[in-house]
Amino acid sequence: MTRSAIELPIHDDDRRIARLAALAIGLTLAEAALPSPIPGVKPGLANIVILLVLLQYGWRAAAWVSGLRVLAGGLLLGSLFAPGFWLSASGAFVSLSVLAVARHLPPRHFGPVSLSVLAAFGHIGGQLALVGIWLLPAASLIKLSPVFAAAALVFGTVNGLIVARMLAAPASDQGWPPGMVASGCEPGAGGTQEPACRQSP
Amino acid sequence: MAGLRAGDLGVLLTSGSLVIALTLWAWGGKHGDTVVIRAAGQIVETASLAQARTFAVGGPLGTTHIEIQPGRARIARDPSPRQLCVKQGWLTQSGQAALCLPNQVSLEIRGRTTAYDTLGY
Repeated sequence: MTRSAIELPIHDDDRRIARLAALAIGLTLAEAALPSPIPGVKPGLANIVILLVLLQYGWRAAAWVSGLRVLAGGLLLGSLFAPGFWLSASGAFVSLSVLAVARHLPPRHFGPVSLSVLAAFGHIGGQLALVGIWLLPAASLIKLSPVFAAAALVFGTVNGLIVARMLAAPASDQGWPPGMVASGCEPGAGGTQEPACRQSP
Repeated sequence: MAGLRAGDLGVLLTSGSLVIALTLWAWGGKHGDTVVIRAAGQIVETASLAQARTFAVGGPLGTTHIEIQPGRARIARDPSPRQLCVKQGWLTQSGQAALCLPNQVSLEIRGRTTAYDTLGY
């Protein structure tokens, strides 16, 4: 058998990102099956995974997991490159941009709940912006915006509390499959130099 | 409560007041939701402010063109000599009106609440 000319070495980081992305994709699929009272209002369960990855492995890993989730979620739900996919992508993009700034907030005062709420507002903001600019430029979104903002606040808070609980729990009990728990403050995935985990009080 | 820090409360309070402010602003009734177009004092069209549309209304001098965009409306073109109603620009608030007097066409925004009971010109 001839050896492949292209070598793509697989690191542990890659495997970890793939596992975490699979987790996020699973939550996305589960959420798509849930009936929603208002179209567009979703709990955003995959954001729990994104936040945990951000706090434990750094922003680059979170961006990878989020991007893979949007892409694979689009493939599996059959909405790849359809409007729903672009909505999801713009929400994830703005949300990650917000998190890139918000993660520099002092962790002494700003915990996962802050990050989650800010990310949720970024998500809905990105989606509404795309709808207003591209998908439905002729429709007035003003009357709908309070509903989405309230949903972002509620679900952002709930997701943030879940993340805080999971981080505070002992490592053996964190709900991560074995072998996926960060051991202490190791350098973040993807070459970030700062400690990739935050110690919960 | 576990996991909630001082800054988190600040973020929650700020975003909570943002949601309340957004609700009051969007649902407060000051935004117009319909457009009433009159020609020579008679209502010729009542349209929603939610959808972009254009109207052409005839008058003694010629045709007045009215443009509606989501949440706002204006007189886009008018044959009147001083162009006062065109210069008024976009109207958004309930109770606002643009009158093209020589051509006898008027554009009025209506909402759930109006700032005035009646306006005399």
